[in-house]
Amino acid sequence: MSFTVSIQTQDFDVSQELAVLRAGDARVGAVCSFLGTVRERNDGSSVASMELEHYPGMTEKSISAMMDEAKKRFDIFAARVIHRVGLLHPEDQIVFVAVTSAHRGESFKACEFLMDYLKTQAPFWKKEVTPEGARWVDARVSDDQALARWGIEASNSTAP
Amino acid sequence: MSVTYNVNLKYFASIREAIGQGSESVSTQTATLQALRDELIARGGAYAEALAHGRAVRMALNQDLCDASAALSEGCEVAFFPPVTGG
Repeated sequence: MSFTVSIQTQDFDVSQELAVLRAGDARVGAVCSFLGTVRERNDGSSVASMELEHYPGMTEKSISAMMDEAKKRFDIFAARVIHRVGLLHPEDQIVFVAVTSAHRGESFKACEFLMDYLKTQAPFWKKEVTPEGARWVDARVSDDQALARWGIEASNSTAP
Repeated sequence: MSVTYNVNLKYFASIREAIGQGSESVSTQTATLQALRDELIARGGAYAEALAHGRAVRMALNQDLCDASAALSEGCEVAFFPPVTGG
């Protein structure tokens, strides 16, 4: 079944993505998804907009690698990751992860694993526009800790 | 005798802004990501500031996250960037 990644500026339709992901596979009994959206506040400031930058080539490569890892760890049939780049505003959809499996446990776990992995390993950077000016978003220690739960050490947020 | 490598450098996000360009090609006689970073720091100015030790700088070699000991090769792609903040 399919494991696909899209990095795109345009928006996406969640229900259509879910329908395509499970179409033609009657083994599927569970579809789990996560949708990330732009908040109007971050770290105490209001956010008017944000610009998402990425590393073309490495982004796709790193997400494909994390899907391979998810396939090894969980009994899943298909997965879909979409991440938007470019200019985004509060309430916009940013990131979508969806996974299918026979029973809910595997797709719940795989979906969370993929998001935890993406947060610290995929090369995206957010720059927010706030009333105090534009600023690059800081990485969070809590995201490294989230990946550590899966037995993977991440040192994204730490200085050497 | 030292080997010279042609390396494609890429910079992203705050490091790209500080250095003032997103990519450049260099010839280097360094052998590892760490030594290449040190060579760039030795240029001084924005390079020394953006890539300074003690700063959280992530490195990728041929589009894989790597630690500082990773070995360069002819025609390789090396990227320097701050901690990632996607999702």
